[in-house]
Amino acid sequence: MTSLSTSSRLSQEPNANHVSFPGAVKSAFTHKLKYETSEDYPALPTYRVVDQQGVVVDESFEPDLTDAEVVKLYKDMVFISILDLIMFDAQRQGRLSFYMVSAGEEALSVGSASVLAPEDVIFCQYREQGVFKQRGFTTADFVNQLFANRKDPGKGRNMPVHYGSKELNIHTISSPLATQLPQASGAAYALKMQRLNDASLPPRVVAAYFGEGAASEGDFHAALNMAATRSCPVIFICRNNGYAISTPTLDQYRGDGIASRGIGYGIDTVRVDGNDFWAVREATKRARAMALENGGRPVLIEAMTYRVSHHSTSDDSFAYRARVEVEDWKRRDNPITRLRKWMEVRGIWDDAKEKTCREETRAEILRAFREAEAEKKPPIRAMFEDVYEELTPDLRNQMTQLREHLEKYPNEYDWSEYEDGKDSLKP
Amino acid sequence: MKRILSHSARRAVAPSLRTPRSLAVCVQRSYSTHAPNAKLNVPIDYSTTSLLAHEPQTALSSAELPPKVRDGTTRKMNLFQAINDALSTALGQDPSVLVFGEDVAFGGVFRCTMSLADTYGANRVFNTPLTEQGIMGFAIGAAAEGMRPVAEIQFADYVYPAFDQLVNEAAKYRYREGSCGRSAGGLTVRMPCGSVGHGALYHSQSPESLFTHIPGLRVIIPRSPLQAKGLLLSAIRSNDPCVFMEPKILYRAAVEQVPTSPYTLPLSKAEILREGKDVTVISYGQPLYMCMSAIEKVEEELGISVELIDLRTIYPWDKETVYASVRKTGRCLVVHEAMVNAGTGAEVAAAIQEDPDTFLRLEAPVARVAGWSIPTPLMFEKFNIPDVARIYDNIKKVLEY
Ligand SMILES: Cc1ncc(C[n+]2csc(CCOP(=O)(O)OP(=O)(O)O)c2C)c(N)n1
Ligand SMILES: [Mg+2]
Repeated sequence: MTSLSTSSRLSQEPNANHVSFPGAVKSAFTHKLKYETSEDYPALPTYRVVDQQGVVVDESFEPDLTDAEVVKLYKDMVFISILDLIMFDAQRQGRLSFYMVSAGEEALSVGSASVLAPEDVIFCQYREQGVFKQRGFTTADFVNQLFANRKDPGKGRNMPVHYGSKELNIHTISSPLATQLPQASGAAYALKMQRLNDASLPPRVVAAYFGEGAASEGDFHAALNMAATRSCPVIFICRNNGYAISTPTLDQYRGDGIASRGIGYGIDTVRVDGNDFWAVREATKRARAMALENGGRPVLIEAMTYRVSHHSTSDDSFAYRARVEVEDWKRRDNPITRLRKWMEVRGIWDDAKEKTCREETRAEILRAFREAEAEKKPPIRAMFEDVYEELTPDLRNQMTQLREHLEKYPNEYDWSEYEDGKDSLKP
Repeated sequence: MKRILSHSARRAVAPSLRTPRSLAVCVQRSYSTHAPNAKLNVPIDYSTTSLLAHEPQTALSSAELPPKVRDGTTRKMNLFQAINDALSTALGQDPSVLVFGEDVAFGGVFRCTMSLADTYGANRVFNTPLTEQGIMGFAIGAAAEGMRPVAEIQFADYVYPAFDQLVNEAAKYRYREGSCGRSAGGLTVRMPCGSVGHGALYHSQSPESLFTHIPGLRVIIPRSPLQAKGLLLSAIRSNDPCVFMEPKILYRAAVEQVPTSPYTLPLSKAEILREGKDVTVISYGQPLYMCMSAIEKVEEELGISVELIDLRTIYPWDKETVYASVRKTGRCLVVHEAMVNAGTGAEVAAAIQEDPDTFLRLEAPVARVAGWSIPTPLMFEKFNIPDVARIYDNIKKVLEY
């Protein structure tokens, strides 16, 4: 299907009742002048399987997981919620420079990740620790990055929560918003081309996570348009949590949410209840199948949720939203509680199990925390490496300048916490 | 639900007595601890530095202030309060001034726009969607139609989506319009810049030299609250598009007496902060405080005198003041946080050696103390950006050459 010839084949028939302009071929002529408004259309529905009480509302729903598998994913959600509490406090105590929690969004990240294949490629924004956990990021992996110690694959260069993993096929998180989205389209195109070149490769998709705020960036629109025109197997997963720092959605966009954008770009789209683990899972499972159909295409999921926490440890959200608003949400709907209730009704979970799970998780995180905090920092040399594949003459020279300076002024610097101290700067 | 959200947001803003921490990056605590026996690399004491006006009289004695302002009063302000004061003054004086950007309505993540929306209304002070290219293009369009927009980019690290609008549009508007006469001159874009101790790759950058390379833009970096108020008001009133970069570590750290009356300070005019005859040190923004500490140490030790110059406007910059100083001292050092390669230091050094009268007086090559040619890594910041010891060492090297 080459698009070259498309427009030349079109011509306007004299008595046609549909237009045949190159830019629109299925549009019927009308003599009624009417502007469409989004209010003329009902808001896109929100798919859910289980309600706030954990009661199944979709009669046709059959869990596709064993009980043990559900429990594992539930524990993933509990894990990140406990990690969040501990790390938030650690930041408050000055033991960590920064942290971001994902409270209220655990079902979204864990649920969606749970139906992706390990070889699928992931791009995150920053509030998707559940994706990392579900895919096998260990407790040590989390805390080594958070403490930027010598075991952090980011070599102490990135801010806390900017995780990445080669083994788990998750690109390292970048702070600038929405930049990952066109990259996700391109990465998906790469996977598609590689499979065309080598049919023995497994079919793979890219999943890209982002907030509703990030969806205002030009990069979001570029990403959808490019993915649509190049039929890229990419799942765009929007976490619509109501806020971008202090900015409420009313200041962020008009129209029917982020989902309506997908349709505008010709991308199959669904809105789901992001606090419903099962709905997110079902929607993403379907999305993955669709993304791989007929050579590939993009899919958009808008998962509705609520940012229960402050934006980050640097934010005090009560400067822009009322405490009761947050308290109401917490009481009304909690994704972890929802799955827990579902499990309890099924008879696979109870208070005793919950208590043990929480205690064990907490103990495990604290153990890893202490180890990671005590680890050395990466060698100072790491600051000059990976700028280019090889150190340039300029960088070598700067490294030497720095070493000579440190040797000349040993009292002015404390390099004891860095692996190999100033010696790592030797050529 | 949307109505409830925005309503509660507005309500929460109203009693602005409470001072929430800045968002995104907390600038209060520095994670770069200093060495126990350090004599040079000790934290800057902003409460005693001579770069800040601790007494009303010091603030009011500046020759750059008009007599009416010098006869007036002062108030103690930190940098974000001085910016807020300037914005409020501009909004109050000129109905064409608009203030907008991400999270600006509730006061901004660094509190620079606090209570402005309440005072001047949501039509003039507002949140934008999260799109820097949108913010910049919107501001340029408004400026070209006669408004004086002050657009905020939340961090200088996030200005790049707006780069096309700034470089190709704001900077070239007047040039391509010719005698059609439109320009984006009403535009001022503010952005927090610089390191804070733990900002890592994307909350630390100082991208001024990307803009100083672009003819048509004026690039300004204030060193203090008093300076910021006057320079920002000049930028807003200027008929050239201005990039106004605010060293975010100073938002809370730098506190001084600031004249309460409105005043402007000259753009493209450097200021000599300390007169000296043996070496000239040229810098701007936060590193000036490091320079001052280093200079005090060197002067005390060697009994020499060092001239310290604040460029204030990084482009078009005040060459005459710099040349005159270097002709006098014959030795010179340029200090900035941004990467050394193709940075402001390169421009200043090249200009000095190109000016025949100045070149002939040079006793040593012009030295640069700047960030290394790398991104801004979290754990290594204290080894990357210029500190007192590196400035001190380079002043001595330039002297001993
Ligand atoms: C290009 C860019 N502009 C601004 C920022 C500063 N910033 C960090 S997070 C954020 C809000 C993002 O909101 P959203 O996408 O809804 O994600 P959420 O925090 O709600 O999960 C902003 C403005 C940034 N990181 N990158
Ligand atoms: Mg959001």
